[in-house]
Amino acid sequence: MAKLEQVGHSRLRKEGRAKVTGAAIYTDDATMPGLLHGATVRSQVARGRIKGIHFGEGIPWEDFVIVSAKDVPGENRVAMIVLDQPFLADTRVNHPEEAILLLAHADRVLLEKARAAVTVEIEEEPAVFTIEASLAAATVVWGEDNVFKKVSIRKGEVDAAWASATHVVEGTYGTGAQEQLYIEPHAVIAKVTAEEGVTVWGSLQCPYYVHKALKHLFNEPDDRIRVIQMETGGGFGGKEDYPSLISGHAALLSMKAGGRPVKILYDREEDMVATTKRHPSKTRVKTAFDADGKMLGLEMEFLLDGGAYVTLSPVVLSRGAIHAAGPYYWPAVAIEAKALATNCPPHGAFRGFGAPQSLFAIERHLDVAAARIGMDPVELRRKNLLRIGDVMATGQVVKEAVDLPGIMDRALEKLDYHGRKARYAGSNAGTDPIKRGVGFAVFMHGCGFTGGGEAYLASVAGVEGTADGKVRVLAASTEIGQGTNTMFSQVVAEVLRVPMDLVEVQQPDTKLVPNSGPTVASRTCMVVGKLVQDAAVGLKQIIIQAGLLREPYTADEFQAAVAAYVAAFGSLKAYSQYSTPPHIVWSDETYQGDAYGTYAWACYAADVAVDTRTCEVAVTDFVALQEVGRVINPTLAEGQIEGGVAQGIGYALWEKVEWRNGRMANAQMTNYIMATSADLPRLRVYFEENPNPMGPSGAKGIGELPMDGPGPAILNAIQDALGTDAPREIPLTPELLMDCLEARHV
Amino acid sequence: MSEKMALKLQVNGAERTVQAWPMARLLDVIREDLGLTGTKEGCGEGECGACSVFLNGKLVNSCLVPAVQCNGAKLETIEGVSPTSTDGAQLHPVQEAFLRCGGAQCGICTPGMVLAAVDLLKRCPDPDEEQVRDGLSGNLCRCTGYVKIIDSVLAAAKSASPDGAKAVAK
Repeated sequence: MAKLEQVGHSRLRKEGRAKVTGAAIYTDDATMPGLLHGATVRSQVARGRIKGIHFGEGIPWEDFVIVSAKDVPGENRVAMIVLDQPFLADTRVNHPEEAILLLAHADRVLLEKARAAVTVEIEEEPAVFTIEASLAAATVVWGEDNVFKKVSIRKGEVDAAWASATHVVEGTYGTGAQEQLYIEPHAVIAKVTAEEGVTVWGSLQCPYYVHKALKHLFNEPDDRIRVIQMETGGGFGGKEDYPSLISGHAALLSMKAGGRPVKILYDREEDMVATTKRHPSKTRVKTAFDADGKMLGLEMEFLLDGGAYVTLSPVVLSRGAIHAAGPYYWPAVAIEAKALATNCPPHGAFRGFGAPQSLFAIERHLDVAAARIGMDPVELRRKNLLRIGDVMATGQVVKEAVDLPGIMDRALEKLDYHGRKARYAGSNAGTDPIKRGVGFAVFMHGCGFTGGGEAYLASVAGVEGTADGKVRVLAASTEIGQGTNTMFSQVVAEVLRVPMDLVEVQQPDTKLVPNSGPTVASRTCMVVGKLVQDAAVGLKQIIIQAGLLREPYTADEFQAAVAAYVAAFGSLKAYSQYSTPPHIVWSDETYQGDAYGTYAWACYAADVAVDTRTCEVAVTDFVALQEVGRVINPTLAEGQIEGGVAQGIGYALWEKVEWRNGRMANAQMTNYIMATSADLPRLRVYFEENPNPMGPSGAKGIGELPMDGPGPAILNAIQDALGTDAPREIPLTPELLMDCLEARHV
Repeated sequence: MSEKMALKLQVNGAERTVQAWPMARLLDVIREDLGLTGTKEGCGEGECGACSVFLNGKLVNSCLVPAVQCNGAKLETIEGVSPTSTDGAQLHPVQEAFLRCGGAQCGICTPGMVLAAVDLLKRCPDPDEEQVRDGLSGNLCRCTGYVKIIDSVLAAAKSASPDGAKAVAK
């Protein structure tokens, strides 16, 4: 293989200069002549029937643009998986932040007064706020039984495992909601005119999701809807589906305002209370082991709180259920998973997408099990980790040469796990109130859409030649901080053997770029990057066949050839469309087959110090070692892992959403606690490269993986520090840890 | 306080006068009246630091400062960190380090983070990692886990020329 000139090098972030100078234009930085500001009047009541809307005194209502469900020109449902969520509630509400009325005015201060002056009269009905209450279905708030989606995964005969087992270990585990907390709140601008149709500029991950939602809302054809992504200040999944709703709101206001542009900008509190969070979960695990610790059977009940509407819950559930068995060989598996309705705002996509919840359960459970059966957690895992040829829970055969025991050993060595464990056992026996411990988790994350998702999407990406001989990437995949622009540029520059500055990336705009699918599911590099790479090869072939270029060529010759082609023929474009490789087979009916084209594999290890007086936990060292195929850009890849681990540490210890009747009560950065620079150790990141043919130059997916490991690794370390397996839930706040310790002393 | 007041400011070295409500947030004056959108709003309650600017040489959260307190003040924003930075000609050593070390991801916290770093290096020109962690702890970043931001600041401290540091918010 030729030496890689671009891939594997830490090329500078394409849009980095604009970001460090403050010149990058985010949605709220943009303005337009005649701009109005939009605001949303929300339910405040978790469930009930709308009886009336009252407009208070002292507001010049005639100066306001006012939109209700009656103004919707097309379908008043957000087009996602199931058409159940209205853009604006009409007759009834199903969660406390449900949008009922929209207001617009040029004066933001007056707008806020007006919003406060609207009262919505709602006849309250019984509501459901927990997984347990939803499952019990004494009150049915969705469908016939509150169940959005069920997934069953079966392998072998799990009942036979209990009979033949030496050890059967059971446990129940829970994870909380997690707030996205991208630093840029949701923002969109919409302009709707008879001449140009609907145009939206926004902070968003998936331009074509918004495009589809607006098509249904306005009942307009494809070419009358245009969605343009602005610089986006973080997404993490939080800007996957919610922008469809808020874009619809701004567009309805602009339509009613006669085509004046309308900006809707959520302030931090509104963003926190109203938009999507990570699904809370409860998982019951039952496992069977033989006398040597070989796994015999796994039974799991995996439950997610989906909130009031279906949104993305079925696919979050699917990914969670498929990851639930962890990276182990289980002869028999029975996983029953359900996404349940409650009267909270809908929970949605958030980095990891169901896998952090189920992997927390299995990886935490294995340390509980190891303690119960008297085995070292390292050796328990070593006996059972997947190897090439093993059959996973869905029947997928491991075909890649993954070395999970080696990944585990090398991560533990980086942490000095064994040395520290022995030392801490000694020091913890003393009187020091600070107890120390080490723990780890081994896990995987499926790259790309689950099951048949990529085949269904059939994504298209392309490249075009510019008049000055450069190559421009055409994809709807968005740069949201993770490095899409830079990664695409490196992939194209590598395959064309030209410098990075000959490659540009088109800002995603549905009028200019094909539908390369949503920017989610750790798919942008592996799946879309590969399409972009193939399209670039196609472009090169076109100019070679036109007689304008001959191999080998210099960068100058290439640039001249592209410019000559564009001058001669007007345009130069090449596209590539995803088609599933023949060796990947999946059935949605049986949940059997190749759940993912490939997986990223990892072992994360944590060192913690627990203050037994205050029950505070400090993460004092953290090792994240992973096999992610080829690393395209080491600096960006490390940045992805470091950021994901920081979110994972927060998820494990601090980030607690306080719920009051379906509403987030701590919707401020003051009392919802994410990590500051002073709260974290230096996160240590290691990559092992094993190029995989699925992705460009052998790259796999990376974005979500780091969210999966910190939770179980940290709680396992706390078990090691305190000698109790009681902590089974995250976030493990000091209050919750104190409860665990007091229960032990009863 | 029901009428707009004439607010005189020295903004990135230039004299500016705008009409502002006395209790308007300095952040809004900067973004809307002065048209300097490099200063960002992340939370509006002084927690995240995205709106950090220098006011008379002191780093403040501009979302917490009323306009009435700023009359006659010297204001320094991200646009003024390097006199020619917005045209891409020259970056401040801290900006250069953020670009080279991967200190910016989504970029929304970056302007505030750069100013916080400049402020830290003024007070503490040769910090160790703990001092950087402490010095930046008022600025939140959700993307990076802070590792590359800290590396950026440590790299900037090594490379910063005395002139580069002096150019900012005297």
